[in-house]
Amino acid sequence: MSFRLVRRRVTSHVMDALCVLSVVLTLIPLVLILSFVVWKGIGSIDLAFFTQMPKPVGEAGGGMANGIVGTLIIVGMGVIAAVPVGIMSGIYVAQKAGSASADIIRFAADILNGIPSIVIGIFVYGIVVSPFKHFSAIAGGVALGIMMIPLIARTTEELIRLVPTSMMEGALALGATRGRAMFTVVLPAALPGIVTGIVLAIARIAGETAPLLFTSFSNQFFSTDVTQPMAALTVQIYTYAISPYDDWHRLAWAGALVLILLVLSCSVMARFATRRLERMHGGGL
Amino acid sequence: MNRRRTSAADFILNQGTTFFALVLFVIVSGIGVVLILDSLPTIREFGLDFWRTSTWDPVAEMFGAAPFIWGTLYSSLLALAISTPISLGVAIFTSELCPNWLKRPVIFTTELLAAIPSIIYGLWGIFVLVPMVRTLQTSLPDWIREIPLFSGPPYGLSMFTAVITLAIMIIPYTSSVAREVLKAVPIAQRETAYALGATRWEVTKVVLYYARVGIVGAVMLGLGRALGETMAVTMVIGNNLQASWSIFAPQYTMASVIANELLEAGTEMHISALIEIALVLFIVTLIVNAASRLLIWRMTRETKRTVVPAAKAVEIA
Repeated sequence: MSFRLVRRRVTSHVMDALCVLSVVLTLIPLVLILSFVVWKGIGSIDLAFFTQMPKPVGEAGGGMANGIVGTLIIVGMGVIAAVPVGIMSGIYVAQKAGSASADIIRFAADILNGIPSIVIGIFVYGIVVSPFKHFSAIAGGVALGIMMIPLIARTTEELIRLVPTSMMEGALALGATRGRAMFTVVLPAALPGIVTGIVLAIARIAGETAPLLFTSFSNQFFSTDVTQPMAALTVQIYTYAISPYDDWHRLAWAGALVLILLVLSCSVMARFATRRLERMHGGGL
Repeated sequence: MNRRRTSAADFILNQGTTFFALVLFVIVSGIGVVLILDSLPTIREFGLDFWRTSTWDPVAEMFGAAPFIWGTLYSSLLALAISTPISLGVAIFTSELCPNWLKRPVIFTTELLAAIPSIIYGLWGIFVLVPMVRTLQTSLPDWIREIPLFSGPPYGLSMFTAVITLAIMIIPYTSSVAREVLKAVPIAQRETAYALGATRWEVTKVVLYYARVGIVGAVMLGLGRALGETMAVTMVIGNNLQASWSIFAPQYTMASVIANELLEAGTEMHISALIEIALVLFIVTLIVNAASRLLIWRMTRETKRTVVPAAKAVEIA
């Protein structure tokens, strides 16, 4: 073997090794973060954490019941706001595929997806909070809803386009109008995938903090009144993390563990569902 | 009865979807309009000086945003410098090297990084990364600590901590788009190179060259994420108004100053100044994301025509 060939082969192996190294470098922080959250948080997770309110500084114990319930309510409102807009505009883009208006809407969804969450928070602060001079859980729900719309719209569009055209054509041939064919044949076929997409979107936005800072704000009491400020798990973790008190740091880690379990279980569930769908459709999705 | 129901479905399909698509469009343009209107006071008062001066004194109503711009650009570009080679390595590994059985687990785990909320990166940053950076800095030899790039007291809360956190956060985005882009490179490109006797790395170079436009798009997508990242950065960067070259100095970013000050802003000018920062963040991320989409789209559209027959040919063979 010539020296040149040896050099080329060695370079190739070195680059292979560097690629493997970068995968390892990516996995190290993942493992470190997950194990640290579990290690620091697990000790403080008990029934009281889910049922009690935060205790004042200096008293041990207490929980984050208000934040957990608050996150569920705010995310729930976001889902209610985002699902109709997301699914309908997704259908619009899939229907008019190729037209200029469809391209504009798809582009708008992509832009919305890339806007930093803090900017969305400021926007909702400008249109909902500052006119009424009042923080509210509704405002938080609107902010999270706006963030979900592009995610749902893109999933809907892609899944509808994956439904074989023969299904649409079959329905049309049987005398259905386009609307009937869409809502009774095509959309139901795409629905499992769309639901999976919605679950993934929930996983993405449930962990958001920045858009809630100036919208749902925070609340140290238990509240289910959506017109009032409401605590959210993420905002509470933030407040506790930057505070100087050890008791609060402990709560922050426990909150982080609950949040990460919530987010990762949604995300993992959705991924497994996607894989099952792929198998059902023979790799078509 | 039947007729009425079908006409309702048609009405929803035509008018309903158009209406909701318009809602989506109005939200996006509404964000721009509201941000411009709400930041008019400072735009009128300071004009371009807002972005050139660096005195930020809400009490005296002096607003110069230069330190925040510096912090945002410096942290994002340094984070890109770290994350880009690693993301490309991951993308090459999953699309070119990886045995099939390992592909899914690797993609799945690297993408889990994107599922971790930014508040948790921040929490981890404060309690794990910050002490580590402090130790690292005190253990550096004196002659290194005299270089301006590494100077300053060991706070731990610093530009460097923010850069590491950001780099970890954007790796999953860049690597997954880069992988898609590499996947779109026609198999014929690889086979031709192999047929000419190229080694695996030489083939990868051909593939990378073919995919260069899309890869730039993938990196820009990561840049868009880095520019707007708020919570994790705010928690670890130290929030100090003094712009500095030193990576160990605490600094400030555009997103962080909004997160920190909006709730305490008492005057109209202060709120307007913060909203103007949000406006620029909006415009910059819009441009970066639009450019990135365009590049990725150009790349995947160009190859779509050729990739399908190539893949088919392999299947048939």
